[in-house]
Amino acid sequence: MADIYRALADATRRVLLDELAAGEGKTLFELCGALTMQHGLSMSRQAVSQHLAVLEAAGLVTTERRGRSKFHYFTPEPLAEIQRRWPHERTSP
Amino acid sequence: MKIGLTSVFVDDQAHARQFYTEVLGFQIKHDIPLGEASWLTVVSPEDPEGTELLLEPSGHPAVKPYRDALMEDGIPLAQFQVEDVAAEHERLTGLNVQFTEGPTDIGTAVIAVFDDTCGNLIQLVATKELAGE
Repeated sequence: MADIYRALADATRRVLLDELAAGEGKTLFELCGALTMQHGLSMSRQAVSQHLAVLEAAGLVTTERRGRSKFHYFTPEPLAEIQRRWPHERTSP
Repeated sequence: MKIGLTSVFVDDQAHARQFYTEVLGFQIKHDIPLGEASWLTVVSPEDPEGTELLLEPSGHPAVKPYRDALMEDGIPLAQFQVEDVAAEHERLTGLNVQFTEGPTDIGTAVIAVFDDTCGNLIQLVATKELAGE
């Protein structure tokens, strides 16, 4: 579970998750474009690729090969584990 | 110095010739037989004396791993300018061209990416006229 917190600790990786949370698979090229043009984050493709690898190792991102392309998807299950570990029971607002 | 010619690698020159002329709308500039292949270049009808695009055979062993890696990550090999990306997207989709990225507004331009069926991803771009410039 430690991997999840390390993965979420980085602002760029949180933006990558935001981009992937829309639900549609995205290629590395599309993600690089979104970071640069929509979030003003300029970094090398290698850097983005490494961030994606961290997210994938933490189980927050899965990849799928379709045809000759590779798509990245957001996987929320590890976040659900956090909720199961620390359930928030509030008796009054 | 200026760029007179650039190239893309194509799996099949005859097919590439058909796709780049009949589908994309370029014109043949040179088609010079060279053994099994040709020196096959196209130009834009909007700029027939402009930059030529060489449709180069992809047989060299370095080409496949290079192109496959780009294709996997969705990285276009070349970029062509159009007036209206949405209109080109509609026209080319009607001709069964597969887009890997539909028209996308990136602020300063609209882009889209399609598969040229010859082994490459090609980006279309229409730069926006920015007010005050």
